[in-house]
Parts: sequence; C-alpha cells; structure tokens
Amino acid sequence: MVRVRVLAAMSGGVDSAVAAARAVDAGHDVTGVHLALARNPQTYRTGARGCCTLEDSRDARRAADVLGIPFYVWDMADRFHADVVDDFVAEYAAGRTPNPCLRCNEKIKFAAVLDRAVALGFDAVVTGHHARLGPDGLLRRSVDEAKDQSYVLAVLTRQQLDRAIFPLGDSTKAQVRQEAASRGLAVADKPDSHDICFIADGDTRGFLAQRLGETPGDVVDATTGAVVGQHAGAYAYTVGQRRGLHLDRPAPDGRPRYVLSITPKTNTVTVGPAEALEVSEVTATRPVWSGGPRPDGPIECEVQLRAHGVVVPATVTVDGDSLHADLRRPVRGVAAGQAIVAYRPDSAGDIVLASATITT
Amino acid sequence: MAYLDHAATTPMLDEVLEAYVATAREVGNASSLHASGRRARRRVEESRERVAAALGARPSEVIFTGGGTESDNLAVKGIFWARRDADARRDQVVSSAVEHHAVLDAVEWLGRREDAEVGWLPVDGTGRLHPDALRAELAEHGDRIALITAMWANNEVGTVQPIGELAAVAAEYGVPFHTDAIQAVGQVPVDFAASGVAALTVTGHKLGGPVGVGALVLARDVAAVPLLHGGGQERDVRSGTLDAAGIVAFAVAVEAAVKGQQEYATRVAALRDDLVRRVRQAVPEVVFNGDPADRLPGNAHFSFPGCEGDALLLLLDAQGIACSTGSACSAGVAQPSHVLLAMGADDDRARSSLRFSLGHTSTAGEVDALIAALPAAVDRARRAAALRTPR
Repeated sequence: MVRVRVLAAMSGGVDSAVAAARAVDAGHDVTGVHLALARNPQTYRTGARGCCTLEDSRDARRAADVLGIPFYVWDMADRFHADVVDDFVAEYAAGRTPNPCLRCNEKIKFAAVLDRAVALGFDAVVTGHHARLGPDGLLRRSVDEAKDQSYVLAVLTRQQLDRAIFPLGDSTKAQVRQEAASRGLAVADKPDSHDICFIADGDTRGFLAQRLGETPGDVVDATTGAVVGQHAGAYAYTVGQRRGLHLDRPAPDGRPRYVLSITPKTNTVTVGPAEALEVSEVTATRPVWSGGPRPDGPIECEVQLRAHGVVVPATVTVDGDSLHADLRRPVRGVAAGQAIVAYRPDSAGDIVLASATITT
Repeated sequence: MAYLDHAATTPMLDEVLEAYVATAREVGNASSLHASGRRARRRVEESRERVAAALGARPSEVIFTGGGTESDNLAVKGIFWARRDADARRDQVVSSAVEHHAVLDAVEWLGRREDAEVGWLPVDGTGRLHPDALRAELAEHGDRIALITAMWANNEVGTVQPIGELAAVAAEYGVPFHTDAIQAVGQVPVDFAASGVAALTVTGHKLGGPVGVGALVLARDVAAVPLLHGGGQERDVRSGTLDAAGIVAFAVAVEAAVKGQQEYATRVAALRDDLVRRVRQAVPEVVFNGDPADRLPGNAHFSFPGCEGDALLLLLDAQGIACSTGSACSAGVAQPSHVLLAMGADDDRARSSLRFSLGHTSTAGEVDALIAALPAAVDRARRAAALRTPR
C-alpha cells in the first residue's frame, strides 16, 4: 500500500480509536483530530455517550497518545451548528424528519473537515464508521449488520469516497472492542454512543420545543376529517409515530392510530390506521449516485428508507434531480426528510448505489 | 527538532536538576524540630536568601508557592481582601487588558463573586500600557482602589511594560501595585525594591527551574489574606509543607537566570532579530506584533494574514518545529488571543498569530529549520483558511 498522510477523526469512542490504530498499522502517516462540535463543550452531554464532551476530547487524546500520533482539536462548532443543528430544527419545522448523522457526514466530516485536511496536505480522512470501502471504491455494508452505517454514508459523492478510509468494515463491533483492549486503548469498553449527540438528555421533542416554541394545533383523523385531539407543535411528530398522540376520542374501529402526515402550513397532524401508512412508491430529491455510472433507465435493486429500517426490493429510476422507487411490497412509516438508499445485493457486502432525500 | 516555545516552558538547567535530585534524596520536613527538619529548613532558608538577593528583596519578603498561578491568585485576591477589610470603601481593582489568565480570571472572579468593581487599563497597538491612563483612574477614584495589578512583560507579544513608572504613580496614591513578572525575570533586569512594586510574581519553569514552584515577593508592609489555610508555613500567608527540593532548585535557577541575564539577553536577542528578519523575508506580508524595542529578548510574535494560527502550528509541528498560538480552552479549542484583541487586532488577525520564543538552549540551526519549513506551511494554511466560511 502507498504510504499516505491521513487525518483520523477521533471522537473519543472505541471505533475511531481502532480505525486510527489500523491506519497506523497500514503504514500511513496518521494525525488525530478531535472535532469540537459544541459551542460550549460543557453544555452538551456530561456522560460518555455523545461526541462532544471534555471527557470525549480527553479520551481521544489518550488514544492518540497510545498510538503515538500527533493530536489536535479542531473547532467545528460554528459549521456544525449551521449545517447540522440548525438544519435539524428547520427540517422538523418544515414537517420533515431529518437524519443529523447523515448530515454531519455530508457537511462536516467529509466536507468541512476533509476539505481542510486536503488543503493542509493530507490525502484522506479515516473514520471509525462501520462500512466497507475497498480498492474498487464501492461503498458496502459492514460485515456487522447490526452496526452497519452505510445508510448514513451513502450520501457521500464519488469524490468524497475517494478520500475516505473506513478500516472497520470487515470487523464486527465485538472484534473492534477486543482489538481495542489488546492494544491497550482505555476506551475498549466505553459504552456505544447513540441518540443524537447534541441533544443532551435524548428528549428531541423538548429540544425542538425550546427552539420552535409551543404552537398548539389540531390532530385530525384522515378518514373522518374530525378533530380528534390537540398537539403542542406539529414539528414534534414523525410519520409512523403512535405513542404520545394523546387523542381525545378513540377511533371508531377501536384500533390504534398513527401519524400519517404533518402539514406545517396549517399546523395539522393527520392520523389514521396502520394500513394508511403503507407506501408503495417513494419520490426523493438530490440523488447522489456513487455505485458506478448513473443508469439511464430503471434498475432493479433493494432500498432502505430509514436507519436500521427494513430492506425491500424495488425498481429505481433517476431522472435529473429526482429519484423514484417502485417498491415490490408496501412499507410503513416512510418519512419525508429521511434518506432512501439503494443497494445492489452482493456476497462481499451489499453495494451502495445511490442515496436521495425522500420528499413523498 | 526546533523548540521555539521557551515562553511556555524552558528546559531545566543541569545544575538545577542536580540540586533538585540531591535535595529530594534527603528526608526532612522543614517544619520538624529534629536534625532532619533543621537541615530541610536550612536548605529552604538559604534558598530564600538567594532568591531575595537575586530579585532585590529581603528574605522575609519571599513567599514560596506552588507556581505562578498560585502567586498571582494570592496577590490579586489576598491583597484585595486585606485592603477591603482595612477600608470597606476600597472595593475596586485596576488591571490591564493584556494580563495572563492567572491574573485576568482572578480579577474577573473578584468582580463576580466579591462585587469588586474592575477597571481595565487599555494598551496601545504595541501592547504597551501608559502611566497616564493609570493616573487618570487614580485621580478619579484612587481612594476606592484596593489593588492595581499589571504584568512586567507580556507572555504573548513580549512587550515590556514601564513598570517603574506605573508603580510610582500607584505609590503617589498609596495603592499597592502587584506585577506578574513571570516572563521578565532572567530576560530583563528585575529589581523588586528599585521597581517600587508591592508584590511580584515569579515562577521556576520559565527560567530553567522546575514546574510547580515559584514565589510571591510581598513587601513587608503589605498584608494579604491567605488562599490556602493550614500550617501557615510561609509568613502565615501560605500553608503547605515546604517543597525543599523544588525550592532549592528554584533558587539555583533564579540565581543563574539573573546572574546571566545580560549576556543571555544579548545572545538571544541577536538570534531573535535574525529570526524576525528572515521570517519577514520569507513571508513579506507578515505583521510583527508587540513593541519593536521594549520587548523580551527571546520573543517574536507575528500575524500571518490569510492563515489560521492553529493550522500553521499543525504544519510546523509535523516538521518538528514547536511554537504556540496562544491559549486554548480546556477541551483544546484554540481561542483568539485577548491580548491581540486588546491591541486592536480584529478576530481574523488574532487567530492568524503565532509566537516563536527563544531561550537558553536556542541555536541558529533551529531558526534555520523554521525558515526552511515556514513558506510551505504558510502556503498550505492559506489554502485551508480560504475554505472557511465567514464567522
């Protein structure tokens, strides 16, 4: 392998520490960087679960020490707030359901950070994402299906992938932890991060309410058109949601109702039975096609419609700035703002073909 | 490897290390009454006399502490409390906008927690304080000021302050004057008695001594309320078992630094002038910060237009060159220098700055290494900064 200068993004977690270690083993000239994403590092999580605490910064530094690589902290707080946090709030306000991890990969890790790294003379960015990216340049699912992160990486363009290194794709999380322990990395048994790193207590609804305020409105039954309840802000709901609706009146058939759609214009949340959630067609915008040349006509593949969601066979057509998918069987809980990711099944790991943002 | 960060910390002198190890091998608490204790006490008191002699103070005026930050906090808070206790109207502190955080944050703390009224003396474009501004403050409400604190020389841009003049103005109004002389001792002549200050902070590791030991030189007639309570070992102003080995090493370092100051300053300033000339040659757009004449001999401080200091630091570090951008928060995020901002620089210029500081081990070869690496680093840092979205 050619020795290259690489920048390892180190969150302070076990994955990015082992990824950096493997880059060192591969003979690369590795520099560790921890991204400071919180405007005030103490205001976010205080535990060891997020990506932006003093403790995480220290853990990342200690891992870099063990690996014997230079380590710096880069202040990306302003960019992160503008491109991820503000975007997150604006998307909810518009009745969509964003994926902030995807946005962070698209705008921060493989854009702001990668661009800066390249300008400073680095050849690539190494991260601890669970996905495979081999010599053929194709992005594939991780061998660890439960930890696979190809869904939130599929938004990366060909150019971005060409400068990315994901050393963990061939390992399970358990193997990564074991390796961390045998390398003497203290983060070996640090708990996994989950939820959203900038929402300290995991209370997304409260986080949004703080920023968007309370805007009470009607909850309307899709079948009868009747007002069946009140909500404090339509932005707090996600398509497919069942819990927390607090409906005044039970449905005539006595069966549970789900959020079918959110209409910010009228501040209305529409609810209905589970079947009404079923979708057989998906339209999406801003397609990124990284798995080979963009096809001229329809192609048969599999699609995933949310993180860790089900995978269904589909026919996908790309036309200009839009992507259309005919699903082979109906899927419930498809939310605008989430990504549709198209995969081609492959024995060496399903290959990411394209990603686009769901509109309907 | 080119170590151009002596203002952060400078290597210990061999004789200091030897003195430290020799003393550290001996058992004895300087407060004990037996022979071992007396031996430790003797080492401490001999060291106190050496430090006092080197700094133009009386032995009883030297209070050993755990370093510069403690000395600054003791002076700022301790003298403020004592003065206010003696006269409740004295609830104001006057400081400068370019102090080290050990003074700056202590003063701000007094403002927040003790309702002290704080006045900040401005600096000019070279980072220099003007006695007239202090005189104006004192003329207006000199009877309400408990303490004035201003550094002898700035740690970032190297500007040496007119401490004698400032202290003289303070003396006219009978207000105690503290100076943080951490960067000054061994670099420029420092004489406690002749300067007219009431209190002076000095620390070991900036002048060839160990980290974690320093002193507050406190005039005999100036009271300070202690920060640390306990055995009252140091004039009842500072408690804690005396660190005999650290104190002995510190004294050796202070004595050597003061004794060699003139020869050192001549040699290092020549090397520094060469560095400045060649940096200007290599990067003509560079802005040289600080007072061009009244500055620390080892200090060279520049703004590199269109660059971010932390990118330059990373690139130079990769070439084995150690320098500094100023301060970072506890998470490691680079902050724009308050010193540059106080000098009138905008945020971009403050963030584009680097300090190169030379010291007793510096060589021409280290300057050569910097000049060899700098143009490419500036070029790359500029490309990186061009990507940045406006703040």
